[in-house]
Amino acid sequence: MNDKKKAKQIVIISGKGGTGKTSITASFAALSRDSVLADCDVDAADLHLVASPRRIAVNSFISGNEAVISPDICTGCGRCSDLCRFEAVSRDESTGKYFVLPVSCEGCGVCVDNCPAGAIDFPQRRCGEWMISETKYGTMVHSRLDAGAENSGKLVTLVRNEAVNAAEKESADLILIDGPPGIGCPVIASLTGTDYILAVTEPTMSGRHDLMRVLDLAGHFKIPVFVCINKWDINPEITKDIEKLSAEKNAEILGRIPYDMNITLAQIKGISAVEITDSIAAKEITAIWKKLKQKIL
Amino acid sequence: MTIAFASGKGGTGKTTFSVAFALSADDNVTFLDCDVEEPDSHFFIKPEITGNEKITVPVPVVDSGKCTGCGRCAKVCRFNAITMLGKKPLIFHELCHSCGGCSIACPEKAVSEIQIGTGVISSGIRDHISFYQGLLDIGNTKSPPLIKAVKKKGDGASLVIIDSPPGTSCPMVTALKGADYTVLVTEPAPFALNDLKIAVETVRILGIPFGVVINKSDHPFPQTEEYCRKEAIPVLLKVPEKRAAAEGYSSGESIIKIFPGLGDEIKKAISTIKKEAVR
Repeated sequence: MNDKKKAKQIVIISGKGGTGKTSITASFAALSRDSVLADCDVDAADLHLVASPRRIAVNSFISGNEAVISPDICTGCGRCSDLCRFEAVSRDESTGKYFVLPVSCEGCGVCVDNCPAGAIDFPQRRCGEWMISETKYGTMVHSRLDAGAENSGKLVTLVRNEAVNAAEKESADLILIDGPPGIGCPVIASLTGTDYILAVTEPTMSGRHDLMRVLDLAGHFKIPVFVCINKWDINPEITKDIEKLSAEKNAEILGRIPYDMNITLAQIKGISAVEITDSIAAKEITAIWKKLKQKIL
Repeated sequence: MTIAFASGKGGTGKTTFSVAFALSADDNVTFLDCDVEEPDSHFFIKPEITGNEKITVPVPVVDSGKCTGCGRCAKVCRFNAITMLGKKPLIFHELCHSCGGCSIACPEKAVSEIQIGTGVISSGIRDHISFYQGLLDIGNTKSPPLIKAVKKKGDGASLVIIDSPPGTSCPMVTALKGADYTVLVTEPAPFALNDLKIAVETVRILGIPFGVVINKSDHPFPQTEEYCRKEAIPVLLKVPEKRAAAEGYSSGESIIKIFPGLGDEIKKAISTIKKEAVR
């Protein structure tokens, strides 16, 4: 037997939110059919809204710990509040005892370790759940981070690892990763160790600015990056400029997608953009997919 | 009073409307761009930048002369930022959360803290707006310390407007905490509604009064307004989709230039918010 071929991983990111990451990921999923999907925009996971998942497995995402002060033991000395650098500890003025605000707790344990009365418990924290689902496009690993929860980077890593396991099981060639906006912790977690990045941008001053930061991030991690420009005809001048600047940063332009209300209409219908066959955007997304496939598979 | 603009989903119009509110306000405004991973409000406010301040966070260093290699620092670190290599502690600053636990724990007082850069706060003025934005260094994973530093710039100001990062996890929570009112910007479409619901949950946990602005309100998706009605969430403003608005946005033009009368509607929304926030 030959060694099993490892699936290639491509992450779709953008810097700026709302440029069309999920619409494009879903379209690629619909066009490829045999890829494994990983929704790594764990704060705002939306891929399931077009992929129609049937959940096969649901697991809690437990990550880190959270300080809980027992009011019966707390002597009200205030050491916890003095040491906490995250403004997570407050004093209950009526009882003189201290309590922790869960949304502010960093899980560092400094108060737990230094409470002279030993009044602080440090239970594990449930931050959300993650699922493996069958979808109309193939297997998908996705999740739901609890509102206001921490550690989205760790959840991203978990979702990606599970997607790699699923791809191995199915001998899939490709893992399509729908990434989060920004350039911080969850983005870095979604791109470290991937084979390729596709940056989806739009020809606006914000889109261009945010794309440049994404390309710098890709350079920082030395990951090859492709670019496509959504709604390119909103501002042809900035489109041209983005193409020039991308080339200077060694990012290959794969195509331009025109402004097309069908992308939103597809979302409303619960299907991917390429499933609206007479859409001009769908035609371009399909062309971009063909180009991309040739380059990475 | 502090009004924060948030959304859950990115690209729904947080920056568009936080800027529109700032430009339309009658009072002086301190504008804080807390979307430090990708701050874009400066394209629309166009302030004259007069200051750039490097923001740092404390991280540990070990005095090898004093260190006995007991490993206590590595043991208390919950973020795996310190690993013992034999008797020598190895420190990974990129994993450090700056909690200070290791320096408290060291019995030899061998751990002290130095400051390392996390990003830059730029400041400037345009008309009645005092502008501040944070810009996170590329490759840095932790935005909350920089967001907190930007928020400090609003201390003492009478009207503060915050442009928050997308999502509903720590960066968004850090930006919103302590605000008197949150405006959730959404658009009528399935992705945005799904994320709006999570954002609503988050704002409710934080106990901040909030209302919704519906951007591109003419999309054929009545579920968003139905949801707001069912949840008794006030809709502060509805603005239809217009290609001219997208084109204006692309070149840094505020939406108040595209829709005549929007500025007055925003003024009304601000007085509604003032009433809701003090309740």
